[in-house]
Amino acid sequence: MSKGDAQGCLKKSGGLQERDASANASSSPVIAAFKVFQQELDTKHDKHERLVKISRDITIESKRTIFLLHRVTSVTDVESILKESDVKLDLVRRKIAQIAEELKGEDIYQFHRAFTAGIQEYVEAVSFQHYIRHRTLISLEEINAMLVFTEAQSTDAKEPAEEDAPPPTVTAVSAPPFQVIPSDYLLGVADLTGELMRMCIGSVGNGDIDTPFQLSQFLRQVHDGFSYIGNSGPYEVSKKLHTLRQSLAKVEDACYALRVAGSEIPKHMLADVFASRDAMMDADEGVA
Amino acid sequence: MSVTEMFADIQGFLSADQDIREDIRKVVQQLEQAAREILTLLQSVHQPTGFKEIPTKCAKAREMFCTVRTHMADLKTKFPAEQYYRFQEHWRFVLQRLAFLATFVGYLECEALVTREEAAKIIGIEVVREEGFHLGVEDYLAGVLIMASELSRLAVNSVTAGDYSRPLRISNFINELDSGFRLLNLKNDPLRKRYDGLKYDVKKIEEVVYDLSIRGLSKEPDNAGDK
Repeated sequence: MSKGDAQGCLKKSGGLQERDASANASSSPVIAAFKVFQQELDTKHDKHERLVKISRDITIESKRTIFLLHRVTSVTDVESILKESDVKLDLVRRKIAQIAEELKGEDIYQFHRAFTAGIQEYVEAVSFQHYIRHRTLISLEEINAMLVFTEAQSTDAKEPAEEDAPPPTVTAVSAPPFQVIPSDYLLGVADLTGELMRMCIGSVGNGDIDTPFQLSQFLRQVHDGFSYIGNSGPYEVSKKLHTLRQSLAKVEDACYALRVAGSEIPKHMLADVFASRDAMMDADEGVA
Repeated sequence: MSVTEMFADIQGFLSADQDIREDIRKVVQQLEQAAREILTLLQSVHQPTGFKEIPTKCAKAREMFCTVRTHMADLKTKFPAEQYYRFQEHWRFVLQRLAFLATFVGYLECEALVTREEAAKIIGIEVVREEGFHLGVEDYLAGVLIMASELSRLAVNSVTAGDYSRPLRISNFINELDSGFRLLNLKNDPLRKRYDGLKYDVKKIEEVVYDLSIRGLSKEPDNAGDK
């Protein structure tokens, strides 16, 4: 090592001691920079946590709505159940309004993972209700139209909703709207098919002969739609396609049994046949 | 609207999405190529001959960042600016590499931590999300952590090359970084995982400093020269 080099090093290590001293005083530029990073990261994590919590609430409420809607097969007054589910879904929408509020000015995809589960569950619930009411598949545009929030809606959150389905024809839009992204919609609809399968088996058990056939036709359409998308969709969609096939097979089997048995058994005994078939299905599900 | 139409609509959306991803992937490949070239250049500082040429190597690396900046400008045009996080996974890896290269060049030049603003400027992007394609704090920190392991290697090799004072300076720098990272409340995420590796780098450098000091090699260079 030349003498010049050595002196250069000496000078540098002298400067270094100064820097070290300032680090101890916690005022070094590095420490100051990291304090800023700490704040930024904490803010981000807090927001994420809040979104996860809202998403969980949405999931729970949506699941309850779905349970409620499954009762339509066994009661005569379908309209009252639909009204009740409207009230529940309204509550869920208020929670989604909170998400929209949190995401104001943010990139929705940055926090998407925090609330995707809740939104999928909501899509499932709202499309299930839509099917029971209109016997059609709700479109992504219709779902998004329901998620345009007005100031009035978010302020009267305290009092129980008296009006049913909030009118989508709102004029003053002050709160930020929430947009369901296509992949969440797809996954929600894939879950819907599972609910429809349960509804089909349930209605067979109650001796309802028309619903299973309607359902099998609808499920076939949805299945064809998913087959059309195939692997070009997100990874989770192709995973759900398998479950969808199983659900469809169950419904088709039920319809088959209905046709075969229906031709030879007197109408008043049908309920018994399907009650036993239903039990078989449940056992089948337990294995899978 | 019929079920079939609805799915056709969604399919249209999905294929448009795929096209964007395809475009992004192409540019990211070019970026990765550019990043590899810079890395190869900087790797040569570990060679004994490389130590004397650090300033020229850094100047050359700075020039090569020009290519990175043009590719970055290209990448920005491939997708809507407000959907950064939708496609982030495509460039996260290369962006962290570039953050590492930028901070490494900066360290070699002035032996100090390159700020996030400065690193973003070298790469040719913004710092704040609102202003477009940006260097997120996680990506910057990941880059800094990669640099830390590179520096622990450099400490070992500088001893081999006969430069006994560099490890001490690196040790001080890494210790400062370590106390900086201790300020962060990291969640159980990739950044945290990478941070967990920092202690091994710290340990490695401490061992080098220890080896030097028990042999009296870390003393003031004049004294070392006397012996």
